[in-house]
Amino acid sequence: MNYRLHHLRELEAESIFILREVAAQFQNPVLLFSGGKDSIIVSYLAKKAFYPAKMPFPMLHIDTGHNFTETIDYRDFWVKELGCRLLVGSVQDAIDQGKVVEERGYNASRNFLQTSVLLESLETGKFDAAIGGARRDEEKARAKERFFSHRDEFGQWDPKNQRPELWNLFNARKHMGEHFRVFPISNWTELDVWQYLALENVPLPNLYFAHKRKVFQRDGVLLADSEFIPKRPEEQVMEMTVRCRTIGDVTCTGVWESNASTIEEIIEEVATSRKTERGGRTDDKRSETAMEDRKKDGYF
Amino acid sequence: MNSELLRFSTAGSVDDGKSTLLGRLLYDSKSIFEDQFEAVKTASERRGEEGINLALLTDGLKAEREQGITIDVAYRYFSTPKRKFIIADTPGHIQYTRNMVTGASTSNVGLILVDARQGIVEQTRRHAIISSLLQIPHLVICINKMDLVNFDQTVFDRIREEFEGFASKLDVQDVTFIPISALKGDNVVDRSNNMPWYEGTTLLYYLENVHIGSDNNHIDTRFPVQYVIRPYNDAFHDYRGYAGRVAGGILRKGDKVMVLPSGFTSVIDKIDTADGEIEEAFAPMSVTILLKDDIDISRGDMIVRANNQPTVTQDLELRICWFNDRPLQLRGKYEIRHTTQAARCIVQEIQYKMDVNSLHRNLEDKTVRMNDIARITVRTTKPLLVDSYSKNRITGSVILVDEGTNETVAAGMVI
Repeated sequence: MNYRLHHLRELEAESIFILREVAAQFQNPVLLFSGGKDSIIVSYLAKKAFYPAKMPFPMLHIDTGHNFTETIDYRDFWVKELGCRLLVGSVQDAIDQGKVVEERGYNASRNFLQTSVLLESLETGKFDAAIGGARRDEEKARAKERFFSHRDEFGQWDPKNQRPELWNLFNARKHMGEHFRVFPISNWTELDVWQYLALENVPLPNLYFAHKRKVFQRDGVLLADSEFIPKRPEEQVMEMTVRCRTIGDVTCTGVWESNASTIEEIIEEVATSRKTERGGRTDDKRSETAMEDRKKDGYF
Repeated sequence: MNSELLRFSTAGSVDDGKSTLLGRLLYDSKSIFEDQFEAVKTASERRGEEGINLALLTDGLKAEREQGITIDVAYRYFSTPKRKFIIADTPGHIQYTRNMVTGASTSNVGLILVDARQGIVEQTRRHAIISSLLQIPHLVICINKMDLVNFDQTVFDRIREEFEGFASKLDVQDVTFIPISALKGDNVVDRSNNMPWYEGTTLLYYLENVHIGSDNNHIDTRFPVQYVIRPYNDAFHDYRGYAGRVAGGILRKGDKVMVLPSGFTSVIDKIDTADGEIEEAFAPMSVTILLKDDIDISRGDMIVRANNQPTVTQDLELRICWFNDRPLQLRGKYEIRHTTQAARCIVQEIQYKMDVNSLHRNLEDKTVRMNDIARITVRTTKPLLVDSYSKNRITGSVILVDEGTNETVAAGMVI
């Protein structure tokens, strides 16, 4: 007998271990759900980790009001599939109540507003751990983040003062008012995610597959035509066959010209792609350290 | 699909070619994307640097980019059709020993870079000592910059002999030497035409083929219970599953097992997963075990075999690496975390500190500061179920946590 595991099975075992550790070490965890493939895979793994019991924590969606409609449809379908509870933190409500002020102008996005709604939702729900789908291969600041990532009472990340993580030992001790972000799929790459989704036959939002859509070009990125993005006069809308590699808000998620209409074709495309998936995310392009800066403030 | 996961760690400073080597492995395996490459190129130009500084790919934090140094462990990924690789890229300076220890703790392979012009230096010895302390199963010594010594075999042989002489004092099982030029690409991915005298493999071939099947312990059965699964629904009314990750040995359906610390024995009724029942489980699988008998079992207990038990003890001899600004306190109390168990402990004795450059034991100065390696004795408030670290890296390791600040202050290995 050959006691070896395929790398996807080893990653799966690691993620399941982390998810069970969250349930064991925290009082009141919550799983952050965006509707993207990474949070889909984390929630899928959470279902597996506690089988045949239900996952012992709810899901939280920070709804910016600027979603692709497909994302919300999928979210509601997926919550039923998993049989879990869904909580929604609404950016629109926060704007309406005057808690936050909408960004204006060219490339305006609600990305930044998500942070304060997220932190408020965590505080209201008294959540001490927020499970997320961030991966270390996505972005250079994330490459340094721990599985169990400590946040102070302001929700801030201190990258220079992170707790060392060795072996299988995770330290979830904290003071009152502090919380943790936990990233069970830290060690997965984009390709691992797709290969696993294919292996397990996980249902996905249609946005990931090639479809016809009205788009326009801005700063070298294709954006979906939407009422939420004011266009400049020179920005021409055209219909193209595209798909999303990541899913965020309509306002900051670039789409890619692609004919990949099955998961196998997506794997093929990802395996041969020479551009990173976040290459289409205008929220990352605001500066060289945009992600680190946002994470320090309490972003996902 | 048939590919394994291999974790390796590297350590190095700015100028020994580590970033160049990693950059080459990532680039040649197509794991660097065009837009990343463009971003690094732009950043290098903006900083007025000649050429493309591949370190900017791995040094992700603002402070690191500003200071031009690697501070923290960065994890990088690449894969070939044979294996997926996780690189723990750590800084090499002595003030970052703790980061090297962190990176080494889960590695199958330790990659040590030697500058062919300089031979074995203090940093090489330090990396080798840390690799041996952390029991990385395989070491690969890349003698780099061979192009700058005319690809001379005598240089390679001399460095190799010197390292072997030094390594004989260490606990390292498997050492491989490869002459390379990271900059020119010799023996990294492609075989070098400049060193016909070298009969070994390229670095990538080594990483793809080194035997790691025995790196996990498949002999001594150890299953730390992590979480108890009780569905409380009609379909699974009496279901009581012990979820956890196998830390050693092989568990099979029908096996007679013992639960520690209670000592009750039972039989494995079922090994369950969300994909259905399986016949056997081994490290590092995450599974759920169901037993024939109703025994009171909770997180922190361990399922083992009656004829092969870990040591049950409140007195631990540890080799530790200290992580914190505030020194280790003799008679101090800390939380000790081991597998899925936590207890409190008191530091009974500090035997000696070890010089991580020379292995020298310092019996006089017993103040254990940040990055120091020391041997200590602790007494715990309740018995822990431990193995020696050399037998099992999971059941033989602990961390110490400061109960006031909640910081992880030390990593410990059971002697």
